[in-house]
Amino acid sequence: MNENAKSRLMLILLRVLVYAILIFLTALCLFSFYLMIINATRSNAQLQAGFRLLPQEHFMDNLKNAWTDASINIPRGMLNSLFIALTSAALTTYFSALTAYGVHVYDFKGKNLVFTFIMAIMMIPAQVSAVGFVQMMNKLHLTNNYIPLIVPSIAAPVVFFYMKQYMESVLPLEIVEAARCDGSGEFRTFNTIILPIMKPAIAVQAIFSFVSSWNNYFIPALLLDKAEMKTVPIMIAQLRSADYSKFDMGKVYMFILLAILPVMLVYIILSKSIIKGVTSGSVKG
Amino acid sequence: MSLENRPSSGRRKSISYAKWGYIFILPFFLVYLVFTLVPQVLTIYNSFFTNYMDGLKQVGPDFVGLKNYVTLFTPNKQGIILILKYAGNTLILWLLGAIPQFAIALLLAVFFTSYRLNIKGQGFFKTVIYMPNLIMASAFSMLFFTLFSKVGPVNQLLQQTGLADKTIDFFVSKVTVRGLIALMNFLMWFGNTTIVLMAGIMGIDQTLFEAATIDGANAVKVFFRVTMPLLMPIFVYCLITAMIGGIQMFDVPQVLTNRLGMPDRTSFTLVMYLNNYLSTSKNYGMSGAISVIIFIITGILGGVVYKFLSAQYKDPVEKPRRVRKGARK
Repeated sequence: MNENAKSRLMLILLRVLVYAILIFLTALCLFSFYLMIINATRSNAQLQAGFRLLPQEHFMDNLKNAWTDASINIPRGMLNSLFIALTSAALTTYFSALTAYGVHVYDFKGKNLVFTFIMAIMMIPAQVSAVGFVQMMNKLHLTNNYIPLIVPSIAAPVVFFYMKQYMESVLPLEIVEAARCDGSGEFRTFNTIILPIMKPAIAVQAIFSFVSSWNNYFIPALLLDKAEMKTVPIMIAQLRSADYSKFDMGKVYMFILLAILPVMLVYIILSKSIIKGVTSGSVKG
Repeated sequence: MSLENRPSSGRRKSISYAKWGYIFILPFFLVYLVFTLVPQVLTIYNSFFTNYMDGLKQVGPDFVGLKNYVTLFTPNKQGIILILKYAGNTLILWLLGAIPQFAIALLLAVFFTSYRLNIKGQGFFKTVIYMPNLIMASAFSMLFFTLFSKVGPVNQLLQQTGLADKTIDFFVSKVTVRGLIALMNFLMWFGNTTIVLMAGIMGIDQTLFEAATIDGANAVKVFFRVTMPLLMPIFVYCLITAMIGGIQMFDVPQVLTNRLGMPDRTSFTLVMYLNNYLSTSKNYGMSGAISVIIFIITGILGGVVYKFLSAQYKDPVEKPRRVRKGARK
């Protein structure tokens, strides 16, 4: 009885401790974003005056100032980033599903080799081929062009791996066979029957691809230098290298807010399926 | 796996679908060849040449053998081998973020999966801690820069509450700059690691935990004797992918320190070094040599991941077919 009460008390104490840790971490994660949102509602003078935890009334002014800024054309940047991110997401999911389908359904010589090869290149980061990539794009006059930022997404080993795993769990080969019996061509089977089945996997990977493309800084910064071609991360870095002391700080917070807003919105709406998607790539089952 | 061999399609035996396999995987390999493999080979090739812009004048390309590598590992006037210094910076910055990242993630994963603790609001906590992972690293860095600048809210808060009597410049001290970079990396990655480790723990056969508890093992013992050994493969996988990510560390220190890696280049990373050669003077030779070194390090780490993955995911193409053939006999 006494022993039981003691362990009960221990459990309660432990629970309190765990919740305290969780609340602390939550605060740590949200603190900077909270301040960003609050500070985006304050004028430069108000920001200089001191720290404040509650919003003020200059949100629309800051938005207007940031949106119409002469040196950093954020609406243009957002449009550019959106175009690149959407086309990349579409290409990467379609072609990864296509490649995975090719390996999953058909029997051909070297099939195992293909799979092993894609697994092996999965871990190679983009940075290590960047030098040759940039040199090649310079030679081909593809700088200030979105082709080198969009087309490479067709070959995405990680997305392929995810699609392949998904097909193994949901795609019965009988469907393919039935479609053949009904006289459907191979491409038509893929486009009209397989793709709809793959929808959940495509959605998850489209989100991840969109986010990583939207946030991508390293390669675009090496290839884009024309003002009207720049993407959002390049503009944000530009903000950092400008003499920020001359800046209206309310506007700076607004720029940062605008840069992360699209991803935040997507996340707020789809957080459940995104979190589910995190594990499926790396952990089986 | 093979449709042609199945009895029901015997009628169509003469039709081979193999060519469709090749057609379907062709775009992937074509794009990979043009946009990754050729640049990769070009990068290695460049590392053996002198090739850069001196102002508007193009120098090279001249074949110089291993000279770029020798230059990389030759001490400068102060007797410092820069690439080793920057590799050291990268390692320190990674460790400062990764140690708390893995410690906290492991702890949270155990908390979240514990039936006894029965933590409520898991969905909310997971949503919050994963969020920073999706935030644009350059915008996150710019945000931290403005928050921690001399006139920023953190300094204002410290002075208004009396915790500091004068303005703190967070960007002149090695400790604070590295600390901020580590904090940002920690915030961006601990949620991700927590979720992956959690899935790993939930994949463990629950009866093992029950059995251990019935046998009188306490929570600590269960963790070290049951959870950890069975979680090891996933833990190692996480650790190595995190290392590979760490070697690539670029966006955060680049934007936070305005590509200077201040103070005195103590937060200057390997990829910043590469980027510096590439973006300022189009020095394909030197940046190529740095890439090759990064490539070798990643290759070693990647090899370990590959070994792990293929062990977990044994022969995915071969296995089902074997089973089916066996069944038909």
